[in-house]
Amino acid sequence: MALPDELEALNKAFSGHGIHEQTLISILGKWHPEQRKSFRKGNPNLFIEDERNFERWDDHHVRLLKHEFMRFKNAVVLWTMHPWERDARLAKEALKKGPQSYGIIIEIACTRSAEELLGARRAYHSLFDQSMEEDVAQHINGCERKLLVALVSAYRYEGSKLRDDAAKSEAKTLFDAITNDKPIEDDEVIRILTTRSKPHLQAIYKHYKEISGMNIEEDLDADLRLKETVQCLCTPQQYFSQVLDMALQKDVDKSTKKALTRVIVTRADTDMKEIKDDYHNQHGVSLSKKIEDTAHGNYKDFLLTLIARGG
Amino acid sequence: MATIIVAEDASVHEDAQALRNACQGWGTDEKAIIKILGHRNATQRKQIRQAYEELYEEDLVKRLENELSGDFEKAVYRWILDPADRDAVLANVAVRKAESNYHVIIEISCILSPEELLVVRRAYQSRYKRSLEEDVAAHTTGDLRQLLVALVSAYRYDGHEVNERLAKSEADILHDAIKDKAFNHEEVTRILSTRSKTQLRAIFNRYKDEHDTSITKNLSGDPHSDLQKALRTAIRCINDPKKYFEKLVRNAIKGVGTDEEALTRVIVTRAERDLNGIKELYYQRNSVSLDHAVAKETSGDYKAFLLTLLGKED
Repeated sequence: MALPDELEALNKAFSGHGIHEQTLISILGKWHPEQRKSFRKGNPNLFIEDERNFERWDDHHVRLLKHEFMRFKNAVVLWTMHPWERDARLAKEALKKGPQSYGIIIEIACTRSAEELLGARRAYHSLFDQSMEEDVAQHINGCERKLLVALVSAYRYEGSKLRDDAAKSEAKTLFDAITNDKPIEDDEVIRILTTRSKPHLQAIYKHYKEISGMNIEEDLDADLRLKETVQCLCTPQQYFSQVLDMALQKDVDKSTKKALTRVIVTRADTDMKEIKDDYHNQHGVSLSKKIEDTAHGNYKDFLLTLIARGG
Repeated sequence: MATIIVAEDASVHEDAQALRNACQGWGTDEKAIIKILGHRNATQRKQIRQAYEELYEEDLVKRLENELSGDFEKAVYRWILDPADRDAVLANVAVRKAESNYHVIIEISCILSPEELLVVRRAYQSRYKRSLEEDVAAHTTGDLRQLLVALVSAYRYDGHEVNERLAKSEADILHDAIKDKAFNHEEVTRILSTRSKTQLRAIFNRYKDEHDTSITKNLSGDPHSDLQKALRTAIRCINDPKKYFEKLVRNAIKGVGTDEEALTRVIVTRAERDLNGIKELYYQRNSVSLDHAVAKETSGDYKAFLLTLLGKED
């Protein structure tokens, strides 16, 4: 008979992010046939009672397990990949997955530097024999298309020179557009967000608060795409810290969970320290501790190693 | 093919000295300037500028700007810049009068290769501390803005594959949009600004095959519509740049007065690329050589400089 402690440990090893390989080896690996049988009988969510008198693995759960086992492999592959290929593949995958993943396209277009985005577009040519903007335009329609195509096509000025008077008046333009409803249909909103340099947008962010009293992303609650755009352009670390927080919740869907690997792998060399700080400020617990509690095995160790780099 | 006759063995230092001499003292020796600069390729011109700076601690470009004037000065100024920098300057000049000079922006974004356009965008940022698309967007509105920003931001796939099925379906989309007079339709912008040039040429051919008229002819309905004009320009530039330039230069020369801005632009920007092909096309079309036409319509140092770039032997 399997011990209740062991059963609990085994169940825990299968749930969360990644697999606790050690538990599987030290407990499951030692079980006799009878122990395994009682494990099967005792877990009707994993094993279905088949009409021909045996306990059958539930296909859906096997698939889930497969994803969990693959989490470490995916993280490793993504980590070793050239950043250009990485971003190109992430963008393509997001495009194929559909609207619930388009935020990833915004993330890539807005949080990467001008040269990094360009590199991703180059890699896209090589990998998929078409341009990123071509593919995005083909798969997305309406106002979202205008926004997303323009975002992935941007090659923003990266110097510090900016005209504060223009930033002030553009902050007002944005405020008026948001107040008047449907800002994503406003050409000026698109123009400002998709062509202005990031320092210029930071200045707009500041002036907006003076005009509205609220931060611009707070006023954009009704428009998810614009909100994501503004967050990624103006407050990326906060954005990433939020994405990580959602990914680390219990019982989230596949795509949300995947964000854990994506964010950590893509930001470990950039602004991971600031993201960790923001996470700590927002949630009162360190990101490492949260990962320690939620993820398992090699996957967990890998993530912790990545985020520990650079302090 | 290029038209300029390059002196391969020229000494950069001697050139710098000769240019210095040409600019010193009373008056300027324009003939010397033409003789040197008109026979140097982009690499040599860059080295001459560097050598001049080292020798005389002065910017040759600024010096020439001060010494020369009129159409001649504009032509020499454009000629002496690095090609990407030159295109950035031309783009900026056009952007500031974008509602009327958008065709220059379309030329630059549609005729250059994807990599060349990228280099121009970098040069633009370096010179003007803003991105090209930022400026284009800020100086245009509505449908024209959508089209122009999309064109300058494109980083087209540069492969030679053609998807025939897609070419047919997108030719149909374009045809429907034009038929419905929905020229500002997003699909039109999408197709023209994102597809690879090879794919676009296949689309235009397919269009002609299926509908018996060229797409540009179908876009000629309203002579006052800037958007239609812009679309035609983009299509012509993508389809056949030489033919586009031949027409541009023909229109610049014919009739009363000459459009020096356009004439200079074509000759200066294409002299090291395909001006020879443009000349051949011009002769076929007009039964007179481009050199001859330019000689007739221009004068003085400006004329001498243009003819040198056109390949006139000294």
